[in-house]
Amino acid sequence: MAIEWKTDAEEALAQARASGKPLLLDFTAAPA
Amino acid sequence: MIRGHFVPVRFDVKKRPEAFERFGARWTPTVLLLDSSGAERHRIEGFLPAPDFAAQLLLGLGHAAFSAGKFAEAQRRFGEVLEKYPETEAAAEAQYWKGVSRYKETGDGSALGETAQAFQTRYTDTSWAKKASVWAAPRA
Repeated sequence: MAIEWKTDAEEALAQARASGKPLLLDFTAAPA
Repeated sequence: MIRGHFVPVRFDVKKRPEAFERFGARWTPTVLLLDSSGAERHRIEGFLPAPDFAAQLLLGLGHAAFSAGKFAEAQRRFGEVLEKYPETEAAAEAQYWKGVSRYKETGDGSALGETAQAFQTRYTDTSWAKKASVWAAPRA
């Protein structure tokens, strides 16, 4: 199953706070 | 591993240079692991083959747990690096922090001595072995 990448940092931070999961930020110059 | 353990965010630096600057990224690829409060706990700069990358992610989970004071979980994560990816560069760091996590959880100083001892047979030629050497029992 493919990873559902978020693109909004604030939305991701809110989800991380709610779920207690850490965030993984991937900085790329060549997104898939 | 990414789907199950992290909230994943991807920034294309060409389209989102402000995100690059906000989080202090300097190069691509860069992967930052932040705890759920948004504090950076681990940074991976440059490409890594899959096993090394997976080991670094586990290392990051360990550091996030350690910073949250979850020392038993941190020990487990660092132990996973050693079990699953013993040949990667992450393993020596995991061996060090596994010992520190055990000490922080139990308050038992022998955890550090045993870690120093472990570095005498495994990952001997690493900076982590040097860091752990201060815990070694003095020779008679």
